[in-house]
Amino acid sequence: MTELFVLVEHRQGEIRDVTFEMLTKGRELSERTNTDLTAVLLGHNVKDFAKKLGEYAKRVLVVDDARLENFNSEAYQEVLAHLITQRKPTLTLIGHTAFGVDLAPSLATQLSLPLATDCIDLDFEGKRLDVVRQVYGGKVNVKARLRESMSYVVTIRPATFEVQEIEPLGGEIVEIKSPLVEDIKYKRFIEYVQPAVGEVDIASAEVVVGVGRGIKDEENMPIVRELADALGGVLGCSRPIVDKEWLPKDRQVGTSGKTVKPKLYIGVGISGAFQHVTGMKNSDLIIAINKDPKAPIFRVADYGVVDDLFKVVPVLKSKIKEAREE
Amino acid sequence: MDIVVCVKHVPETAEVEIAVDKSGKSIVTEDLVFDINEWDDYALEEAVLLKEKLGGSIAKILHRAIKDLPFDLILTGAQAGDDGYAQVGVVLAELLGIPHATMVKKVEPVEGLVKINRELEGGLEETVEVELPTLLTIQTGINEPRYVSIMGIRKARAKEINVLGLEDLQLGENEVGESGSWMTVERMFIPPAEKEAEILGGSPDEVTLKIVEILRARGLI
Repeated sequence: MTELFVLVEHRQGEIRDVTFEMLTKGRELSERTNTDLTAVLLGHNVKDFAKKLGEYAKRVLVVDDARLENFNSEAYQEVLAHLITQRKPTLTLIGHTAFGVDLAPSLATQLSLPLATDCIDLDFEGKRLDVVRQVYGGKVNVKARLRESMSYVVTIRPATFEVQEIEPLGGEIVEIKSPLVEDIKYKRFIEYVQPAVGEVDIASAEVVVGVGRGIKDEENMPIVRELADALGGVLGCSRPIVDKEWLPKDRQVGTSGKTVKPKLYIGVGISGAFQHVTGMKNSDLIIAINKDPKAPIFRVADYGVVDDLFKVVPVLKSKIKEAREE
Repeated sequence: MDIVVCVKHVPETAEVEIAVDKSGKSIVTEDLVFDINEWDDYALEEAVLLKEKLGGSIAKILHRAIKDLPFDLILTGAQAGDDGYAQVGVVLAELLGIPHATMVKKVEPVEGLVKINRELEGGLEETVEVELPTLLTIQTGINEPRYVSIMGIRKARAKEINVLGLEDLQLGENEVGESGSWMTVERMFIPPAEKEAEILGGSPDEVTLKIVEILRARGLI
């Protein structure tokens, strides 16, 4: 039967969550379109992974090769292009992750297949594929239709589909001989670089004040720092603040930083791009202060204040201080 | 080292309210300020830093135009702030038949190759070596884009800008725009809210009082 591929993402001995999220969505799509859900596992000594993946897919294709031990887009592309050409899946799902963005566009280009990246939903209508993706930092959604094709490549935004606990599928494990014949020519993985450990671990704090682009200038940082102090909490931030080096990398909340789950998260001048929201949406109580009433952060916050942070935050700090002194 | 940088012009939307226009397939751009894509700004700065270190020239061009230019390195932003595809650089590399690496946070030229750090998830990075010529997509935060002085802007104005049309690029009408694209926009809409924050209204004095009450009720102060 025709297949629907999900590329397994793994790193440092662990299957990444996005894999199971894609398998969950893939299962729904494959059942509706009457195709086989196939997990595609590229790696080295990955037998244990294959077993686990068999619970979520009808079939697990395993290509075992020392050259696939660590992700390498050059080697991955060659193997995947081979598998897609041979087996002609209707769709190949790849995570929209650091690995996926390094692989999917060149793979689709090589095979002349339509590609849609960073999708938050997708559905077949006959042979046509419709996708939903976000633009302008998550402020607008776009529904788009891909050019008709026998096969499509789609990258899926992580943490979009909730993994469902399901009856194990008992998928068959199929070992495929590696199509790689030569050494990898142009690109070599050297090593992983672990993040530096800072003085403060924002992931274990009970109160986090997150600051974003809206703070505008480094000179304004004391305003939010004082709010964090008044609450006995720590200061975290979104990406632009780390990019500008106003706070160290270990204070960054989000996909490329840390995931926090404090009792209280106050977002100040943060619009709420998904990369940030993924890292804080499970906080017990979320309060957001932003002047744009349509800012995506208000879609995850419990309470919102639509106003100028420079007017609100200093007053809030004083009131909290007073309340604590009472 | 000869470096090509690809840049895109995008509306600045981080701190403004956006509306979908009447067609339902685009946003209202009239009141938006257009600027160089934030990621591309870092790519340009990285090119300037490399040039200062190694010499060579920098060209700002995209796509078909590149294939006849001499280059060792092509830099693009990791993604655009408007459509956020994160694909143009990698597609371009594949079309040119050269290797690529995305989300680059550090570039170190070594004889015949570049040693780079790619940003992965959770603060992790990976070090990778890529042979030249290559294309790198640059992640924000890799450097500090400089402010250009008035003198610099004057000098830039005097530079020759080569505007190429479809004919110059030997591209047909159907190879560009929507007909040449992988997908067609059906409609744009403001995302539905899974949860809507309760908006606290009033003066700063009033809203902050409400927040204090909420925190007190939850035992947070």
